[in-house]
Amino acid sequence: MMEAAATSGAYWLRLIIGLVIVLIFSQLNALFLVWLERKVAGHIQVRLGPMEVGPHGLLQTIVDGIKLVGKELITPARADRILFVIAPVLVFTPVLVAFLVLPFGPDLIIRDMNVGLLLIFAFSTFSVLAILVGGWASNNKYALLGAIRSVAQAVAYEIPLLLSVMSVVLMVNSFRFSELVMAQQRVWFVFLQPVAALIYFICATAETNRAPFDIPEAESELVAGFHTEYSGMRFGLFFLAEYTNMFIVCAVATSLFFGGWHGPFGFSFKIPGVVWFLAKTYVLLYVLMWFRWTFPRVRFDQLMNFSWKVLIPLSMLNLVITALVLKLI
Amino acid sequence: MAEYFPQPAQQQIYSLNLGPQHPSTHGVLRVLLTLDGEYVLEADPIIGYGHRGHEKMGENRTYLQFMPNASRMDYLSGLLYNHGFCLAVEKLAGIDPPERAKYIRVICAELNRISSHLLWFGTFLMDLGAFTPFLYCFDDRENILDILDRVSGSRLTYSYCRFGGVSRDVDEVFVEQTRAFIKRLRSRWPDYHNLVTKNVIFIHRVRDVGIIDKDLARRFGVTGPNLRAAGVAFDMRKVEPYEVYDRFDFEIPTGTKGDALDRYRVRLEEMEQSCRIIEQALDQMPAGPYRQERVRLKVKPPRGEVYFAFESARGQTAYYLVSDGSPYPYRVHVRVPSFGNLHCLTDVLKETLVADAIAILGSIDIVVPEIDR
Repeated sequence: MMEAAATSGAYWLRLIIGLVIVLIFSQLNALFLVWLERKVAGHIQVRLGPMEVGPHGLLQTIVDGIKLVGKELITPARADRILFVIAPVLVFTPVLVAFLVLPFGPDLIIRDMNVGLLLIFAFSTFSVLAILVGGWASNNKYALLGAIRSVAQAVAYEIPLLLSVMSVVLMVNSFRFSELVMAQQRVWFVFLQPVAALIYFICATAETNRAPFDIPEAESELVAGFHTEYSGMRFGLFFLAEYTNMFIVCAVATSLFFGGWHGPFGFSFKIPGVVWFLAKTYVLLYVLMWFRWTFPRVRFDQLMNFSWKVLIPLSMLNLVITALVLKLI
Repeated sequence: MAEYFPQPAQQQIYSLNLGPQHPSTHGVLRVLLTLDGEYVLEADPIIGYGHRGHEKMGENRTYLQFMPNASRMDYLSGLLYNHGFCLAVEKLAGIDPPERAKYIRVICAELNRISSHLLWFGTFLMDLGAFTPFLYCFDDRENILDILDRVSGSRLTYSYCRFGGVSRDVDEVFVEQTRAFIKRLRSRWPDYHNLVTKNVIFIHRVRDVGIIDKDLARRFGVTGPNLRAAGVAFDMRKVEPYEVYDRFDFEIPTGTKGDALDRYRVRLEEMEQSCRIIEQALDQMPAGPYRQERVRLKVKPPRGEVYFAFESARGQTAYYLVSDGSPYPYRVHVRVPSFGNLHCLTDVLKETLVADAIAILGSIDIVVPEIDR
């Protein structure tokens, strides 16, 4: 379908509009998520969260963003200047790419590639590189420690993440998001692959550096981890990238395990697919936030042990069993 | 061959200044860590950033004027310090406060102890990365501050005690509020235990971490909950009962191993024991004067010296006062528990991870201004 349309003007129009929408949506979404996090944190902690700017503080994060833009960009004296400046850009750009392939609805995929799933995971690895670059370039021991932790964590958690995703891919025989979602019209994969879904979600939490796996930026230990030395909008980009990353992993979880734009068990209740998709994604995002405000942080070695000794064997086993069952059926 | 290869182990070693401005050093403490990767090879706590010369100040003012200084050393258990100072001066000058005053002091001191432990509970978990319990604890602590605010007029540095009594009497509302608070705190325990004590991540973070055993505690003079967590039931309220503590039925919670989990359990249990003391004190509190009238503002203790030890929220605290017969003390010395508690870290922090170091630092509950004085 895409190949046929590739030459037409409609294709280009679709792509350009898509890109503009992605830019606007990803920014607003990240700002909204920051607000949501503060609200969720507030209510979990028996307080109200932001209330002053706008209704229920809705405009608070926009005001914060404006403040960040106005702030001075400080580069530490002995930092590696080029890398220091590149890192925040490097962390945010790949995040946008993922939006191109996310299946928001039956007709709301900007570019339904046959390797969509791979593309997302390939680009999400970039954020680790950016964190390493930023942490190294800062010339700060806390930042460097955070960067090292981040890399080790990413290496450990991307393996079970991909393995758990593979078991779903095996069932559908495709990396294309539209096909992955279409296969869940009746039964969501979370019911067929509960272990994979669980592993995916745990790894996604670690992948996005969220508590209880927020060791790269462990505030009480490493001050602010890899972004200790960043100020102004450079810090803002790291911050927005974190929330956009959260959205992406939750959106992927929605399309892989929770039926994407489908309603439960084939009932859509005449609600448009995109609403289903976003609703499910935000529920998952809420769970991520719930984690953060409930759990203490795990220790670094415990985190690695958990990945190498529990998650990787388990996801491997799950993959083998999935393959066996599929072969036998 | 050896000279061609630089020694890798040597190259990896670097030092990290944890503090004096760091989210988890609880004030202006600096810990100089020597690290190999994330492993702590050596830890050297460096103190003195908050030195204000309290002891010297004591020599230049009257005994009563030192009262506000007393609560500013350990600002989290200010009333306990006031109380201890008051008792020391009373012992020196031979003042006997009325019964009611003794009970009021004990109740307020125990309330202050609970508030101090609650704050520790919150910050300790914040060090472990759990933010939410902090807010819950502050919610509870707020109640104590309100109660003490009503009777003493301030919320943190109380200066409530006077030689021979307290500055103001308590009323029925105070009794009601205190009883309501204890009821409320007891209703919160299940929440805390479900949210924190039974949390598997929490248990893994604190179990067998930062073991301070009896030997180590003895060498460094570790006291308070940190010592009791090692299994030594040493509490000044029981060992040398002062004020009216011998009239109450309460236990000294102890641990077994002396790890961070034991320290956590001991402090939590201590809050419950403080609740018991307060309840009994409220029941037994007699009517009568709240203050001995005949004590002069400018107390002139006879020539002599006194050493008086009491149990603050962090351990055995003591005042050593020397009087030359004038209204000004000749010498004021304070024995603070945090000093010993902190300096055992040079041994405890060795061969731990940075994350553990933070957890241990949080678990021993130091207040830096009391060390620096």
